[in-house]
Amino acid sequence: MATMALQRDIPPAGSPLELRTIVGTLIKWALLAVYGLALLYIAWGLYAAGEALFAAVVLALMVGTTIVFGLRRFYTIRFIFPAVMAVLIFIALPVGFTSYVGFTNFGARNLLTQDRVIAYHMQRTIVDASTERPFVLSRDVEGYRLFLPEGEGGFISEPFALDGSPVEIGMTPVSQAPETVLEMRDVVQLRGPLGAVTAVLPDGTDLTLSGLRSFATVRPVYEEQPDGSLLNIADGTVLTPDQSVGFYRNEEGQAIAPGWRVHVGWANFQRVLFSDNVRQPMLQIFVWTVVFAFLSMVLTFSVGILLASLLQWPHLRFKGFYRIMLVLPYAVPAFISILVFRGLFNQNFGEINLILQTLFGIKPQWFTDPNLARAMTLIVNTWLGYPYMMLLGMGYLQAIPQDHYKAAALEGSGPLRNFFAITLPQLLPPFVPLLIANFAFNFNNVVLILLLTRGLPNIPGTEIPAGATDILGSFTYRMSFNDAGQNFGMAGAISTLIFIVVAIIAYANFVAMRRYAAAKGRGQ
Amino acid sequence: MIVENPRALFFKKLAAHTFLIAFIALILFPFLMVLSISFREGNFSTGSLWPERPTLEHWYLALGIPYERPNGVIVQPPFPVMLWLWNSIKIGVIASAGILMLSTTAAYAFSKLRFRHKGIVLDSLLIIQMFPAALTVIALYTLFDALGSITPLLGVDSHWALVIAYLSAITLHIWTIKGYFDSMDPALDKAAQIDGATPWQTFRFVFLPMSIPILAVVFVLAFIFLVTEYPIAAVLLREQGQMTLAVGARQYLYEQRYLWGDFAAAAILSGIPITLVFLLAQRYLVSGLSEGAVKG
Repeated sequence: MATMALQRDIPPAGSPLELRTIVGTLIKWALLAVYGLALLYIAWGLYAAGEALFAAVVLALMVGTTIVFGLRRFYTIRFIFPAVMAVLIFIALPVGFTSYVGFTNFGARNLLTQDRVIAYHMQRTIVDASTERPFVLSRDVEGYRLFLPEGEGGFISEPFALDGSPVEIGMTPVSQAPETVLEMRDVVQLRGPLGAVTAVLPDGTDLTLSGLRSFATVRPVYEEQPDGSLLNIADGTVLTPDQSVGFYRNEEGQAIAPGWRVHVGWANFQRVLFSDNVRQPMLQIFVWTVVFAFLSMVLTFSVGILLASLLQWPHLRFKGFYRIMLVLPYAVPAFISILVFRGLFNQNFGEINLILQTLFGIKPQWFTDPNLARAMTLIVNTWLGYPYMMLLGMGYLQAIPQDHYKAAALEGSGPLRNFFAITLPQLLPPFVPLLIANFAFNFNNVVLILLLTRGLPNIPGTEIPAGATDILGSFTYRMSFNDAGQNFGMAGAISTLIFIVVAIIAYANFVAMRRYAAAKGRGQ
Repeated sequence: MIVENPRALFFKKLAAHTFLIAFIALILFPFLMVLSISFREGNFSTGSLWPERPTLEHWYLALGIPYERPNGVIVQPPFPVMLWLWNSIKIGVIASAGILMLSTTAAYAFSKLRFRHKGIVLDSLLIIQMFPAALTVIALYTLFDALGSITPLLGVDSHWALVIAYLSAITLHIWTIKGYFDSMDPALDKAAQIDGATPWQTFRFVFLPMSIPILAVVFVLAFIFLVTEYPIAAVLLREQGQMTLAVGARQYLYEQRYLWGDFAAAAILSGIPITLVFLLAQRYLVSGLSEGAVKG
């Protein structure tokens, strides 16, 4: 059938096609040119914005696309090029960036680049009190005039427009003050535009607005020294840059905020692996992550397979109805059901505690007791995950020959024995890769933890906020986006370590799957 | 079918049905509760499963219609739920279509064409996807923040930025579709080649029309995954009007402002379309799931 379709749809090679081919080529090149120019514009913009790395990536994308789609040699590569590029830019690049950040001290305390920190310090200004003098503003048809009184007379400026753009006005000595001056309250309203005015006295002194009523020479506090340190002009102290921590230090050795990003080598990794303050909660969280992922896997598998076996029982009626009902928890978007559970488990007015109180008079502290919070997480995750196992189990159960059960029935074997002697041994091999994948998924099931408990209750007395229900992923996510003390560097280091663990699990899964496939191939 | 003792069989059946019904009641309890809560008065009130004084207030608010209480007070909807749902569906459909295009072409090349380092590329794609996606969001945020300074179209709070970021979630789909292509008869390929078809024509006119069923499965899987995706969307979408449902729904349940009743109605309303898509597609999904896609 397909070959017939082929004959119909593919036009035969011939002369009328040549024109079409030429037009097609022209269109292709035109599209490529538009696309290339757009990317070039973006790359240029990124470079101008100081994001050299991203600019290089976009430029590489442009060059790569042009080569792959322009040259016939790379015909085959065209099929995978867009997909590979999407993965490289939006997964590999962020992964690389995150790992790289793991080797820096990037975080709330070291947020900026060193240039921005220097700019920040240089912006700080000090008023030279000796030059401070009051001013008045007058207005006539030509514009505003600034007058700085001195003795009987003073200095008056040329008329200038006060529109907020920076202006430099020359002051000339006069013997008397202007006759009409603006009221103080009008001057206050013009404070903004006045700030952009620099008045130059005949002796060359620059004066700018230094208060509501005064102009004075305003100078930066710091002066950059040739050796990179900053000299405080007012009191003569020196700030020395310390590249090992990314801070300026004053003469007493204290670090002056803000800090900048510096490379810290393996320091973050060392802290994670060897520093007691970090390792203690990390170890606890790691153990809980493994327990959580393992128990989630076992519980969802057991419940799912139990239900699948029941639904496969030939004597059972209303199978379709049961199946739809049992699949519902999987069908409803997880973020909705997790939030529903968050409400139902609420300690004070959640429905679950209301029922438990009426029936047994107990009111479990689901969100404040660490063990109950963990139990709740597992209950919710089992509820969410068993239908997946059930659906898969129903598929695999059909592959088990009915003869085995008939033979067992003749021998007088009961349902329990049947399950453990016939069903489970035949079910497990194809399930193993899926179980490992499930383990890896729950190992990183950040959404569940973030939406249900946010990792709470907190483990008391830890240096970095860590919760009893936190898994490694949510712990790291909270570390990055916590309101108090974001630590991207540490988060990057932990992410990299998690990646290594999960990648090994995934690779093992890979090997298991291939072995299984090979074994099946040999068996047939 | 194994013939059993009728009396024993009867008790077994009874036990099975009782168990299943009890289990389903337990499983459905949260849904029933939420349904009941959505008709209750106020956001904190507790009560029986069957509300004593049912009100449609929460449903009006979820649909975005201001509600007038009997005492004349007019309540405004707290959040634009319908807009969120629309955002979710829009982003989900566009990104799933994009994912489908990228992964189908790539899967075809990985399955049928020959090029260097094919195995390595395929394996690295799978391994790199194992990096916890939720933890690369800092980098993604930095990237889109920089892009946004050039064109707001690709910046933070833009739906297009999120769609582009989602286009990278393709590895598992490539595997699923590749498995399907692998199972197709290699003779088709040969026949097309002999007729002078280029690889693109073979793909477009032979393999693509034949792979519609698996493409439908992948589309639904991608759509469900994207509509329920939380970490990336939460970081890239900050403005209330731009949020997707998964991000916005959380706004209802802050400790200081716990809109339990309003949330219940909004959750049911917005959950229904996605649930329906899933239930309609579930027969086909089972095969797709066991091919390699992973969801909890």
